[in-house]
Amino acid sequence: MSLEKIRDPERMRRWPGHMETDYVYTVGLAGERFFREIKDNGKFYGTRCEKCGITYFPARTFCERCLSELKEWVEVSPRGYVEMYTIAYMDLEGNKLEKPEIWAFIRFEGVFGGLVHKLGEVKPEEVKIGMVVEPVLKPKEQREGSITDILYFKPAK
Amino acid sequence: MSEKIKEYPGHPLSEQDISTGKVLTTKWRPKARYMYAAGVAISKFLEELKNGRIVGRKCRKCGRILVPPRMYCEWCFRPTDEWVYVKDTGRVVTAVISYIAADRARLEKPEIIAVIELDGASPGMGILHKLGEVDPEDVKNMKVFGMRVKAVWKPPEEREGSITDILYFRPLKEGEE
Amino acid sequence: MIIKRKVAVVGAGLTLFRRRMQETSRELAWEATKMALETAGIELKDVECVVMGSAPDAFDGIHMKGENLADGCGGWRKPYTRVFVGGGTGVFVPIAAWWHVASGHFDICLAVAEEKMSPCHPHPQWAFHTIFDPILSRPLGVNLIWIFALEMHRYMYKYGIKKEDIALVSVKNKANALDHPCAQLAAKITVEDVLNSEVLVWPVQRLDISPITDGAAAIVLASEDVAKKLTDSPVWIEGVGWCLDSRYWTNRDLAYPKYVEYAARMAYKMAGIHNPPKEIDVAEVYDPFDYKELHHMEGLLLARKGEAPKLTKEGVTQRDGDLPINPSGGLLGVGNPIAAAGLMKVCEIFWQLRGEAGKRQVPGDPRTGLAQAWGDLMQIGTVIVMRA
Repeated sequence: MSLEKIRDPERMRRWPGHMETDYVYTVGLAGERFFREIKDNGKFYGTRCEKCGITYFPARTFCERCLSELKEWVEVSPRGYVEMYTIAYMDLEGNKLEKPEIWAFIRFEGVFGGLVHKLGEVKPEEVKIGMVVEPVLKPKEQREGSITDILYFKPAK
Repeated sequence: MSEKIKEYPGHPLSEQDISTGKVLTTKWRPKARYMYAAGVAISKFLEELKNGRIVGRKCRKCGRILVPPRMYCEWCFRPTDEWVYVKDTGRVVTAVISYIAADRARLEKPEIIAVIELDGASPGMGILHKLGEVDPEDVKNMKVFGMRVKAVWKPPEEREGSITDILYFRPLKEGEE
Repeated sequence: MIIKRKVAVVGAGLTLFRRRMQETSRELAWEATKMALETAGIELKDVECVVMGSAPDAFDGIHMKGENLADGCGGWRKPYTRVFVGGGTGVFVPIAAWWHVASGHFDICLAVAEEKMSPCHPHPQWAFHTIFDPILSRPLGVNLIWIFALEMHRYMYKYGIKKEDIALVSVKNKANALDHPCAQLAAKITVEDVLNSEVLVWPVQRLDISPITDGAAAIVLASEDVAKKLTDSPVWIEGVGWCLDSRYWTNRDLAYPKYVEYAARMAYKMAGIHNPPKEIDVAEVYDPFDYKELHHMEGLLLARKGEAPKLTKEGVTQRDGDLPINPSGGLLGVGNPIAAAGLMKVCEIFWQLRGEAGKRQVPGDPRTGLAQAWGDLMQIGTVIVMRA
């Protein structure tokens, strides 16, 4: 019985591969209305479960706690606050970014949930937890019904 | 019962609903690139393909000659024992004619795909490869089953240590071994 | 072997099966889960644990799909597990759910299977390509249909079976699906239609194959005491079996799925079944391709080797035959959202044994049913035997 080894690394072969798949995702039932409200009206919406007393934001189709269908749409003030943040110096492939990006989790009053998004018009050293922020949207004609219709959040006046 | 579907009828879409933007969509192309380690057995197998030879591994316990080679026998669950060269001739176990590529696009020229048992490997050690110089009709009328075939290799200078160093298997000519 | 407790299915839900659904994966799972809970007469708070199943993440393109789907499957703050055995997953989900309850650890378990294949563009075939060995198979341009075609042709060669005999399965299943409200490809077709359809990989033609589908299915399992409180007609899970063969699929006997036989024998032994064709009243056999129904009937010992086509030709496997196979319409007729398709079969047996299958009901008050799925690199069989 022998356990053979390759001792010369040149003889250890590697083989390149690639998952060449493209995806097109529907945004779903609640997502359809949620993103259209941003695209067409620049408004944020959540959905409310009366039974559990929770307003989900972003809007969901069903309540995760009781599985009820959520039919009550509630407008949510776009003014939120920074719950936590981080400063990214590298892109997804590990390349240094020219300008560091600030990413934050933003909560909104009276709702369950929030948004992960970029902060703008603020320097990294000026960001504070609890800072009140508001969204900067793309010009209406450029919006596509996507989370990137929000360019970033900036400190609120 | 399945009639319950009436209460949750669902929202089917057509291809057009998506392509014309009737419903909102987001797109994504993953940058998922890989570098697979070939391991000890397959590194050697690929190296020998470059030399125009097919190598397997023998398990002395069950006596099987495994092709492609494996450093362990999955039946006996022990390391295999030695390298064994097998022939580049064999017998067709099953064959089909493919009119489509891996992404389902139609091929201009259909290909014949087969499972081939190589001479010198243990019975049942089929490998996946292509057939050439075979009349597709002989696939359809099943004459291809049991056909004796031989590997057609790329010229040595073009080989790169790949399963495609064998271009395809062709029928053995009369008197040829 | 000591099984601690009896386990019953007490509710089932199934979404519409279609090539593209607007619902996200989670919304689809939610629809099926909701229907299952409502038919079982319980609420999410009554559910103690959840088992979910879904095929490779590459189809819907969301990694950690199990976690992504959790809330739609009712998994919020519950013991929640994703199980996976490729195409065999749909029947493995209720098997895993069964042991959650049979062990005595839980009284009520939700079992959910979901698949959304439409996001993979333009065709999920390229995602299937990535299931193969990257060094020895992918450079040849391997296509999933190759391996089915190779197996089908070997089966035809070994037993002298004709394509027109195999096509009868597609004709039967697509016609059965006409009575299924969720069906994607229900149709009245003929053997000639199958033989004239586009040749993809000879001998496989377009109408030999099940479609690409979005869909979800769910069932509720309960322990004996709880099941009897919830319903007068529980359907008991009496046998489960599964078995995985070598990953070297080209090393196997392609004419006979031995691993399906092993899985079936395990389930039959547990259910006390000695003569499967006599004792099984109705079966949902995995049929992603028409020949697979025949292949699997033989592996399940419902037909002798090479003889399933004869039974099909004689009408034995029709809904009103002696051994109805795929009264739902199967994957060929209802559709093939991979994991959800397997669980759809378990739903069908549940409805058949409760006498709730409506226009699809097989006559003669069936008491014992079987559902089977198959998958991975053509290597797993998963089998469940249920009794009214």
